[in-house]
Amino acid sequence: MRALREAEQNVNVRVRRAWLVVPVALSAVVAMSACAEQNGGSSASGKCDSKIAFFGARTGPNANLGINIYNGVKLAVDQYNAKHKDCKVTLESKDSQGDEKQAPGLAQQLVQDQKVVGVVGPAFSGESEAADGIFDQGGLPLISASATNPSLSQKGWKVFHRMLGNDNAQGPAAATYLKDTVKAKKVFVIDDTTAYGKGLSDVVKQSLGSVVAGSDTVQPKQTDFQATVAKVKSSKADAIFYGGYYAEAGPFVKQLRAANVKATFVSDDGVKDEGFVKGAGNAAAEGSVVTCPCIPGDEAKGTFFADYKKAFGKEPGTYGPEAFDSANVFLDGIAAGKTARKDMLSFIDSYDKDGVTKHIKFDKTGEIAKSEIVIWSYKVSGGEIVKDQEIKATS
Amino acid sequence: MNFHFLFSNIGDLTVTGLSQGAIYALIALGYTLVYGLLKLINFAHSEVFMMGTFGALIAWNLTGLHENDPTPSLPMMVVYLLVGLVGAMVWSGVTALTVEFVAYRPLRRRNAPRLVFLITAIGASVAISEAVGVITSRNQYGMPDLFKTTNLATIGNVHITNVDLGVVVAAVVMMVVLDQFINRTRLGRGIRAVAQDPDTAALMGINKNRVIVLTFALGGVMAGAAALLYNLKIGVTRADIGFLLGIKAFTAAVLGGIGNLRGALLGGLALGLVENYGSALFGTSWRDVVAFVVLVVILMFRPTGLLGESLGKARA
Repeated sequence: MRALREAEQNVNVRVRRAWLVVPVALSAVVAMSACAEQNGGSSASGKCDSKIAFFGARTGPNANLGINIYNGVKLAVDQYNAKHKDCKVTLESKDSQGDEKQAPGLAQQLVQDQKVVGVVGPAFSGESEAADGIFDQGGLPLISASATNPSLSQKGWKVFHRMLGNDNAQGPAAATYLKDTVKAKKVFVIDDTTAYGKGLSDVVKQSLGSVVAGSDTVQPKQTDFQATVAKVKSSKADAIFYGGYYAEAGPFVKQLRAANVKATFVSDDGVKDEGFVKGAGNAAAEGSVVTCPCIPGDEAKGTFFADYKKAFGKEPGTYGPEAFDSANVFLDGIAAGKTARKDMLSFIDSYDKDGVTKHIKFDKTGEIAKSEIVIWSYKVSGGEIVKDQEIKATS
Repeated sequence: MNFHFLFSNIGDLTVTGLSQGAIYALIALGYTLVYGLLKLINFAHSEVFMMGTFGALIAWNLTGLHENDPTPSLPMMVVYLLVGLVGAMVWSGVTALTVEFVAYRPLRRRNAPRLVFLITAIGASVAISEAVGVITSRNQYGMPDLFKTTNLATIGNVHITNVDLGVVVAAVVMMVVLDQFINRTRLGRGIRAVAQDPDTAALMGINKNRVIVLTFALGGVMAGAAALLYNLKIGVTRADIGFLLGIKAFTAAVLGGIGNLRGALLGGLALGLVENYGSALFGTSWRDVVAFVVLVVILMFRPTGLLGESLGKARA
């Protein structure tokens, strides 16, 4: 009887080992083929197979924001590879669809690929909350070109950096704009319950103080906003601040204008996309304002604007320049031989150089230096979002 | 709780609630018809609706009307309304029939257990919405303005717009026509007969499969009408809009008594109102909580819904 059981266990162990062998063998094959590919062109130095990754939405309801970032990163990598023909960098892409539920799995995949030395992203604040802890555990440095929720830098994640001011800077700037430029007496504040939208709206509410005439929430994927429209109407607000993304903001503004509410619509960088105008229609979107801690493409230094236009046949979108800068930080690191994650991280932390958007230098929490933060306002005019003015802090 | 806001705006909230409820009701018809006939919850019906919104948009684009075009003249507007309606109905109807032929009929022929139908229904729903999502890159598409939203009448401080009035009237008319069709025509009698007792109906010479096809087509056409009204009211469509609306419409069907056509209308309108009042009273984030608590409470006292379930029995 015992012999039988032992035999059984033996078989079990063998079966288990057999299962282990399959993934190991598979990854070996993949690694070998990757090596073959890498070494095919130039003689192997062993260091020439570094990858940097893009992490964000390339599909999904708010994908346009992610696509802009991907393009910025791609431009940087292509330019690098044109200069370093014998030692190229591969661009890995993880499409999260902006969905925090998918983010942890994708982050895990990147962490496991040791050749990935840096991540541009995650693009949105919600997915950053879900994924950044995993990057931190894996020691994989990241620079987000767009996630602006202030709490992200306060969680003790050593790998976290961002290329733009956070919502503690954007919120007061939006409030300044509402008070000084729109000259609003009553502001109705709406958020979309996401980490990003709610976080930003709370800061705006705080900065506006007594000017806030009321507030309400909408939900992601909601399309019928009648109840919220009725609230805005009855509050008699002369301006609205909306914290959220363009997928909901578009139909909301359409229904707002259909109900004959004329209050000035002011929103944030999550709405700064042509998808907003497409959703609302040109007529309803006209005159809407968005703020963004990102610079207009044509304000970028150097040849970035022309290069981007040449590469993609259109002008750089929101965060394009910031993504380009983020990728270049990593590429500088790779050029300096920092192909281990640990070396890369200390390289970024001591980085001190001009980019196309600003002078790049991170503080201890991974935030960009305060003096380098710029906030711009943009306006919808004739169906396009055009730059309006740089919002200078008043306080 | 904001009673002041609720009562000072009760008129407007009622109007917009009814028009949203009317759309729920039209979609709910599809659930109710199929359930009444086959005791099958056709979860793919939400995608039938979603396809309708795209159908109308495609029809408009093909006939030369695009987003941001100026609003057409009155006779052209009527033409475009009809074009949109036909486009939406055809797309929805074809989708509904495709689901029936591909996902349900083969299973029925093999006498599959009911659970299997449920899974294929969910599968068909996910497959359609994801496929459309991939094809459209999950973008949202704005609708052309067929007419400007204008205030038709102001009674007290209640504003009635042309869109809200049109949506409610159109939905009620569609419901009455369908109700009469089921109750008075020969084909309608066939549907009721199969709903009551499929075997006896077959013995009496009714072609069961033909009745089922007819029912799916009717549900699809009604979803197409709902899609057109949705396009006019909301003005934006996306591959994933079916999910939330489908759940709401299914809720409306259960609320009114699933399998009961008049129940679907009542349930839809009631749900639209409860949602609007609830979000006015507690804040919009409580909207779904209020709606579903009301559903549970009503089902506690009337387990078969407001009007009871029966497609066949009630007025046979």
